[in-house]
Amino acid sequence: MPGIWILAEHKEGKFKKITYELLSLGKKLKSKNGEELCALLLGSGIENLANQLGPYGADKVYYLEDEVYKSYLNESYTQGISELVKSQDPSILLAGATALGKDLFPRVATRLGTGLAMDCVSIDLGDNGLLKTVRPIYAGKVLMEATVHQTKPQMVTLRPNLVEISPVDSSKKAEVIKSKPDLKREDLRTMLKEILKGESKKIDLTEAKIIVSGGRGMKEKDNFKILEELADAFGEGTAVGASRAAVDSGYAPHDIQVGQTGKVVNPTLYIACGISGSIQHLAGMATSKYIVAINKDPEAPIFQKADYGIVGDLFQVVPLLTREVKKLKSEG
Amino acid sequence: MNIAVCIKQVPDTETKIVLNPDSTDIVTEGIKLVMNPYDEYAVEEALKIKEKYGGKVTILCLGPEKSIEAIRTALAMGADDAVLLNDPAFEGGDSFTTALVLSKALSQIEYDIILTGKQAVDLDCSQVYAGLAEFLNLPYVSVVVGLELFPDQKKALAKRETEGGEKELIEVSLPAVFACQKDLNTPRYASLPGIMKAKKKEIKKLGLAEFCLNLEHVGAKGSKLKKGKYSLPPQRKAGIKIEGEIPEAAAKLVKLLREEAKII
Ligand SMILES: Cc1cc2nc3c(=O)[nH]c(=O)nc-3n(C[C@H](O)[C@H](O)[C@H](O)COP(=O)(O)OP(=O)(O)OC[C@H]3O[C@@H](n4cnc5c(N)ncnc54)[C@H](O)[C@@H]3O)c2cc1C
Repeated sequence: MPGIWILAEHKEGKFKKITYELLSLGKKLKSKNGEELCALLLGSGIENLANQLGPYGADKVYYLEDEVYKSYLNESYTQGISELVKSQDPSILLAGATALGKDLFPRVATRLGTGLAMDCVSIDLGDNGLLKTVRPIYAGKVLMEATVHQTKPQMVTLRPNLVEISPVDSSKKAEVIKSKPDLKREDLRTMLKEILKGESKKIDLTEAKIIVSGGRGMKEKDNFKILEELADAFGEGTAVGASRAAVDSGYAPHDIQVGQTGKVVNPTLYIACGISGSIQHLAGMATSKYIVAINKDPEAPIFQKADYGIVGDLFQVVPLLTREVKKLKSEG
Repeated sequence: MNIAVCIKQVPDTETKIVLNPDSTDIVTEGIKLVMNPYDEYAVEEALKIKEKYGGKVTILCLGPEKSIEAIRTALAMGADDAVLLNDPAFEGGDSFTTALVLSKALSQIEYDIILTGKQAVDLDCSQVYAGLAEFLNLPYVSVVVGLELFPDQKKALAKRETEGGEKELIEVSLPAVFACQKDLNTPRYASLPGIMKAKKKEIKKLGLAEFCLNLEHVGAKGSKLKKGKYSLPPQRKAGIKIEGEIPEAAAKLVKLLREEAKII
C-alpha cells in the first residue's frame, strides 16, 4: 500500500515542532486519499523516539538505526532514505523546510528522479491524487502554484509554523519497523568535525512566534541588548532579528538577517526598530501576522506596512515597551 | 586548482514585480537584471582560491542570451573562461533539468571544485547544487560561510550555517560542490581594465546538440515540477500610528497587542 510519509526531525532526544506539524498535515491528506500515514526517522539510539509518534497520527514508523546516522550528513541520509523509499514506494514524501530538510531533500529527489516543491506555504490534495502546493518566489513577492505531476513520490518541504498541531490521541499506537542501513562510515566522503554553537540560545528566526528586529537605527552592536531585553520580556518563542544594514555595519551576526537575502520569517508579531522598510527587508517579513514599526522618521516606508506604529526615538520607546510588557505579564 | 562556478541572472532585488496577463510569469521587460547575489560570493571565493593556489576559474550559466551580461560581470571580476548554456529546448525547465544540463557541461571540463550560490533569488528553489552533486556523484556542502582547502590531501573544510546561530564544520573530499552563503567573503567590484577585457572575451555557447540528451530530458518536458499560476500576495495596508507622548504610546501599544492581536 502506498503511503504518505513524513520525515521526523529530532534533535537532542526531542522531536522538533515541525514533526508534529507534518503529522497533523499528513492526517488531513490521509482523510482524502485513505493511504497510511508513516513517519520516517534516522538516528542512533532512537527506538524510544520511534515509539512516541503513534499518538500524533502515525500508522507506521520506519526508523533507520545506526551509529552512522548519529549526526546528520546529507550523504548518509540520502542513501538511507532513498533505499527505503524505493523498497516501500510511498506516493508522498514530506519534510520541513528547515536547515536539514532544505539541505537533504534536493538530493533525495534527484536520486529518486522525482520532483520537489521547496519551501511551501500551502499543501492540499486534489481529486487526481496530486498535491497542490503554493510556494513563495522572489522572496515572497509572488506566490507560485506547483505540482509534481509525473513521478513518484511527490516531494514537498513545508515551511515551519503554518500548520496547527491536531489533538493527540494517547491510545493510538503505531507499528514500528526498524531497519539497518547497508552503509559504512568509511564509504562516506563527508564528515561532521564539529558543531559550533551560536552566541545566543535563542530559537531560530524561522520558528519564532515573536521577532524583535533592529536596523541601522540601532547605531551600535551593544545597543542590541535593549532588543534582547524586550524579547526576553515576551518570553519563550521570541527571537532577535536584524536588517542588512545592521548586519553589514557589524551590529548583528549575519545569521539573523531578515529579508530577501536573509531569512524569510513568518512570526505572529514582528517589531521593526530603526528599520526604514526597504523592499528587500519587506520581502522577508511581510507575511508576519502583525507588524509594529518604531521609527523616528514619520515618513519611513515601514509605516505603510505596519499595523501599529510609534513615531519616536527607539532608545526611548523600546525600554518603555519592555517595562509595559513585563508589567502586563506580572498582572497575568 | 580548477574552479567551476555556476551562476544565474535574476531580477534585481529592488524590482517591483508585475505579473503577465495570464499570470504564468512575471513581466521581465524593462526590469533590471543582475547576477544572483549569492553567486557573487561564489565567484569571489573562486577568485580567492585561484589567487592562492593558481588554476583557472570557469563560469557556467544556463539561461537566455541576455544572461551574457551576468557572465561578463563575472569575467570582469576576474574569471578566465565562460560557457553559456542556451537552447530553446532548455526553456521552462526546473531545478532538475537545470542541474542535469549543467552537469553535462561540467563533465566536459576539468574542475577540482564547483561553487554555486546557496539559492537563486528569483525562484528561490535552492536545489541546483544538490542536483549537480548527485548527477556528478560528488559530495556537497550547502549554506557555506567558510571554506578552507587542503589541495595536497584533496580535502576541504567547510563551515555551514544551520539553525539558531549554530554552524557545522564539515570535512569533505574533493572534488565537491559548495553552495555559498553571504558572510563567506566580500565580493570585489569589477575593475575598469577587467571590464574592458571582459568585453572582448569569447563566450562559448553550448546547446542541446552538444550533450547526450534529447528533448524529453530538458526544459519544460523534462521538468519534474510543473509550474502553475502565479499570484501576488495580498498587499498590507498601513494601520494606525499611535499618537501621544512616548510613555503613553508605549503603554497603548502593549495594550493593543494584548487586546487586538492577543499576543501577550
Ligand atoms: C542585493 C541586495 C540584497 C539585500 N537584501 C536585504 C535583506 O535581505 N534584508 C535587508 O534588511 N536589506 C537588504 N538589502 C538592503 C536594503 O536595500 C536596505 O539598505 C536595508 O534594508 C536598510 O536597512 P535599515 O532599514 O536598517 O537602514 P536604513 O534604511 O538606513 O534605515 C534606518 C532607519 O532607522 C531610523 N532611525 C535612526 N535612528 C533612529 C532612532 N534613534 N530611533 C528610531 N528610528 C531611528 C531612520 O529613520 C531610518 O528609517 C539588500 C540590498 C541589496 C542591494
